[in-house]
Amino acid sequence: MKIRAKSHLKISTQTQQKIAFTFLGIASILVIVPVIVIFVILIQKGLPAINWQFLTAMPRMGMRAGGIFPAIMGTLYLVSGTIVVALPLGVLAAIYLVEYARQNFLTRMIEVAIVNLAGVPSVVYGLFGMGLFVIYLKLGVSIIAGALTLAIMILPVIITSSKEALQSVPRSFREASLALGVSKWQTICCVVLPNALPGILTGTILGISRAAGETAPILFTVAAFYLPRLPKSIFDQCMALPYHLYVLSTQVPNVNPKIQYGTALVLVGIVFLLNLVAIIVRSHIRSKKQW
Amino acid sequence: MVEKIIIENLCIDYGGVHALKNVSLSVKEHEILGIIGPANSGKTSFLRALNRLNDLDLSSHLSGSIYLNGKEINREMDAEEVRKKVTMVFALPIPLPMSIFDNVAYGPRRHGTKDRKRLAEIVEKSLKAGFLWDEVKDRLSSSAMKLSGGQQQRLCIARTLAVEPEVILYDEPCSGLDPISTAKVEDAMRELKSRYTQILVTNNVKQAARVGDRVAFFLMGELVEIDEANRIFTAPKDKRTNDYLTGRFG
Repeated sequence: MKIRAKSHLKISTQTQQKIAFTFLGIASILVIVPVIVIFVILIQKGLPAINWQFLTAMPRMGMRAGGIFPAIMGTLYLVSGTIVVALPLGVLAAIYLVEYARQNFLTRMIEVAIVNLAGVPSVVYGLFGMGLFVIYLKLGVSIIAGALTLAIMILPVIITSSKEALQSVPRSFREASLALGVSKWQTICCVVLPNALPGILTGTILGISRAAGETAPILFTVAAFYLPRLPKSIFDQCMALPYHLYVLSTQVPNVNPKIQYGTALVLVGIVFLLNLVAIIVRSHIRSKKQW
Repeated sequence: MVEKIIIENLCIDYGGVHALKNVSLSVKEHEILGIIGPANSGKTSFLRALNRLNDLDLSSHLSGSIYLNGKEINREMDAEEVRKKVTMVFALPIPLPMSIFDNVAYGPRRHGTKDRKRLAEIVEKSLKAGFLWDEVKDRLSSSAMKLSGGQQQRLCIARTLAVEPEVILYDEPCSGLDPISTAKVEDAMRELKSRYTQILVTNNVKQAARVGDRVAFFLMGELVEIDEANRIFTAPKDKRTNDYLTGRFG
């Protein structure tokens, strides 16, 4: 009975397929449209602002003229600091979780915690960083406080991708090494890590590119509103591109939109460059992968 | 002959599922002991107990004693020490993703040999003993992954020889190889007899007959029979051995 009831709605499988393909195609195109629009607008409006002076000069006249050099450098400092903290911590944690931890309640809790950390809004990280590093640990509003905050934010990304990279190294490699009387730690260092390195690097770079673009975590921990000089130590404040862009767009009246778009283009350019490096590393390794 | 390994009442279970029940046997120095039996008869578990690779499986539980040169391997020795003396060649060749030279030098390097000349000597000696030297001597720096399956398996044998073990375990080492490669691996095993004690687990009864001095027959986790190869193949004492050898099951 049911079959007969449905039969008057019958569309030929070919038509069904065509409809499905159409929707799938539209969905895919919709995904890339915003990317293209953003790039086109940024390049169209921002490119004229970009010249050597814009990239290497200090801002002048309340940021309405001059360059964005301190913001670029500030972002680079923050990114480097974040790597220095997050990469070793994340990789070591991943090694422990994959190679040593037994499957028990504690391990599962850690894994759940990592997944949940990845979903915490970045502004919460910012407030947490201010509370812990700036106020409680008395680091002040400084590069180190900002880098630590960003590092905590991208730790889940690094741990998750490192874990996947480690798990993708075949178990047989480990056994072949262990069967020669090689210790577990040596096996990890000499067989597992070298083969997992590309995956770990890719994940790290993606995490870093996220850190480079975030505003909220650095808002209360490091970013200076206007600081037309370079920081002298890691305990200094610094400017950073995302925050500088926010300031230009909302806090400073009468800014030439060219400068705003130029700043946005530089920021997107840096993030894009980092992603590109990740893609190149990954494809290079994949072509060399031998198993 | 001296008894190299003595196994007493060895029982292994994986999370309550018994893989091996009360196996007692001894392995003589410089012999090749063939182990035959159908799938799930505990052959591989037995082998992996001898170099403590079973330790890696957290659900496994072992009781009984295994003595190597008179020392109990689970209680009186480190896992690394055991595995250095009792190395293993796996069913599928597992070259590490590095050059041929580095594969063979891998063990000695990890065990502390740094001198280049010494390493080169070890690599040459091991590859010769593994019957592979002539085929690869001109391309030691090329990737081990590019070798054929049979060459890879002989490379794995050479790699285990490089750590100068006393016992070599083979877990169905020819299951993925063609007859010619198999013959070469078997030649290598016969050649190694003078210096090493070897235990060969195989699904291929004829292989056990070709290279084994003695043969043990395992069934459902029990040791059914162990005897000289020519005797077990001509006049097995147990009916189950006879049934298996004549192809009534398995």
